[in-house]
Amino acid sequence: MGYELYLEHILDHYRNPRNYGKLDDATVKHTDTNIPCGDELTYYLKIEDNKISKVGFIGQGCVLSMASASILSEKIKNMEIDEINKLDEEYIYNILGIRPGPARSKCVLLSLKVLKKAVEKLDRV
Amino acid sequence: MYPDVWGREIDIKKEILKDFPILGRKIGGKRLIYLDSTATSQKPIQVLDVIYEFYSRSNSNVHRGIYKLSEESTEAYEKSREKIKKFIGARDKREIIFTRNATESLNLIAYSWGSQIIRKGDNILLTVMEHHSNLLPWRRIAREKKANIHYIGITKDGRLDLSELDNYSKLEPKILAITHVSNVLGTINPIKDLAKWIHDLGGFIVVDGAQSVPHMPVDVNDLDADFLVFSGHKMLGPTGIGVLYGKFEILDEMEPFLVGGEMISRVTLKDESWNELPWKFEAGTPNYVGAIALGMAIDYLNALGMDWVYNHERRLVRYALDKLLDVPGIKIYGPLDDRDRGGIISFTMDNVHPHDIATLLDEDGICIRSGHHCAQPLHDILGVPATARASFYIYNWEEDIDALTASLMKIHKLFAI
Ligand SMILES: Cc1ncc(COP(=O)(O)O)c(C=O)c1O
Repeated sequence: MGYELYLEHILDHYRNPRNYGKLDDATVKHTDTNIPCGDELTYYLKIEDNKISKVGFIGQGCVLSMASASILSEKIKNMEIDEINKLDEEYIYNILGIRPGPARSKCVLLSLKVLKKAVEKLDRV
Repeated sequence: MYPDVWGREIDIKKEILKDFPILGRKIGGKRLIYLDSTATSQKPIQVLDVIYEFYSRSNSNVHRGIYKLSEESTEAYEKSREKIKKFIGARDKREIIFTRNATESLNLIAYSWGSQIIRKGDNILLTVMEHHSNLLPWRRIAREKKANIHYIGITKDGRLDLSELDNYSKLEPKILAITHVSNVLGTINPIKDLAKWIHDLGGFIVVDGAQSVPHMPVDVNDLDADFLVFSGHKMLGPTGIGVLYGKFEILDEMEPFLVGGEMISRVTLKDESWNELPWKFEAGTPNYVGAIALGMAIDYLNALGMDWVYNHERRLVRYALDKLLDVPGIKIYGPLDDRDRGGIISFTMDNVHPHDIATLLDEDGICIRSGHHCAQPLHDILGVPATARASFYIYNWEEDIDALTASLMKIHKLFAI
C-alpha cells in the first residue's frame, strides 16, 4: 500500500482543497483530532430546511485526511441530515476511490467522524 | 574487514547481514530496509536459536526445583544477570533486576523508591525531551505527594539548555530523571556531569538508557548513575525483558513493587519478610527465557564491541546528515554534529505530512516511524505535531541511507506543486 493511494485526484484535493475556510454563519461546527498523527479537522455546516446548504472546513494533517475532508465536503452539500446519518466507512472509501490499510484508515475516516459529531450537535442547538 | 573473536579477518557486513533472517525478506518485491531500531531492533539467529533450544532442552521454572532441569534454568538465568552486570559495569550482580522493559523499570523506581523519599514540596527535575515513560511515573508520584515537577529545556539545536542549571540548583532537586539519548533528537546528554551536579546538591539521578545501552559503551560506575533502565528488545533481545540497575545501598532500602511468589523469604499467616536482592523485586515466574536470550544478545554485541557499534552508527549518522540535507524542503531536528548524536534522525519535509512520508517509503521497502514517538511535549516545543524518524543499528549500511535519500527525493517530486 503506497503510491496507489496518492492518486492524482487525491493530491489535487490536498493541494487545492474545496470549501476550505470557516463559515461565519455556520449552524454547527465541530473539531476533532487523530491524536497519534496530529491531524486536526473542523467542519462548519450551515443547515437550512433540514439540509446542508453550506459547508466549510479548516484543518491540518496528512494528504489522506485533508483530501478526504475536501472530497466529502463536496458530496454533502444539499444532503439531508437523515442521509448524513446513514453514511458509513464504505461510502468514504468509495468517494475517495482508495482503500488504505489499517494503519492509514483512521486518516481518511477523520472527515466522517467530524461530520457525524457535528450533525449530532444539531439535536442540541 | 574486521577481526572476529578468533582473530580472523572477516567481512563484517556480510557476517552480520547473514545473522538477521528478517533482513532477507522482500517487501513488495523490494529488499527490506529496516530503519526503525529505535522502536525495536531486529534479532540475530543466535538469539532466536537460544530461545528455541532452551524451551526444547532445559525448560523448567527457575529457583524452585531441585532437579537437573531446574538447576540448568536457574544457572542460565543467573548467568545472564552476570553478563548484564559486566556489560554495564555494575559492581554487584544483585544490582541487576529483571523487569519487562524500560517502562516497567521506571515505574518501579518512581513507585517504590519515589514514594519513599519524595515529600510534600520536594522538587523533581525532568527534561522536555523525555519519553512519556520517563514523564508520567514521576508526574503521578508528584501529584500524590504534592511535589513539584520542573523541566530542563532545550536549545535551538536540540541540546539540553544547561544554562538553566544555575536556577535549578537553588531548588535542590531530589531527583533528576533524564534520558541518556533522546529517542527523537538523537542528542547524547552529558550524564556524567549531570550526575556530579545533582549529587553535589544531595539529589539522585535516574538514567533512561533505553537508547544508549544498545548503542554505545555505558558504564554505570563511570557515569555514577544511581539508577539505569533499559529494554532488551531494543538491543537484539526479545520483547518482554528489561533491566533495572540500581545502586545496592538504594535497592536494599527500597520496598518491593510487586509482591507474591519468589520475592519472599518467609510467609506466615500473619506476616512476611522479603527475599534478598535482586529477587525481592522479581515477583512471580520471571521471563527467564527472555533473560537468557538477552544474555545471548549481549554476547553478540560484545563480539562486535560496543566501541565498534558506536563508531559504526556515528559514521552512518554523519553520512546520513550529509545526504539527507540535499533533499529539498527537509528539516532535521537535533544537533547536526555527529559527536553528540546517536543513530537517530528525525525530520520533516515541507508540504508532506510524516505519515505520508512513512506510507510512501514503505512502498520502497523502507521502514521508518512517523508520529510523536511517545514524546508529545517535545513535539509541542519543536512546533510540529509529528516527525518522521529514521534510526540505525549494526545491520544498517550506507546503501540503506542512499535508498532512503532516493525515495525521499521521489516523494518530494510527487508533492512539488
Ligand atoms: C528513551 C526511551 N525511553 C523509554 C522507552 C520505553 O521503552 P519500552 O517501551 O521498551 O518500555 C523508549 C522506547 O521507545 C525510549 O526510546
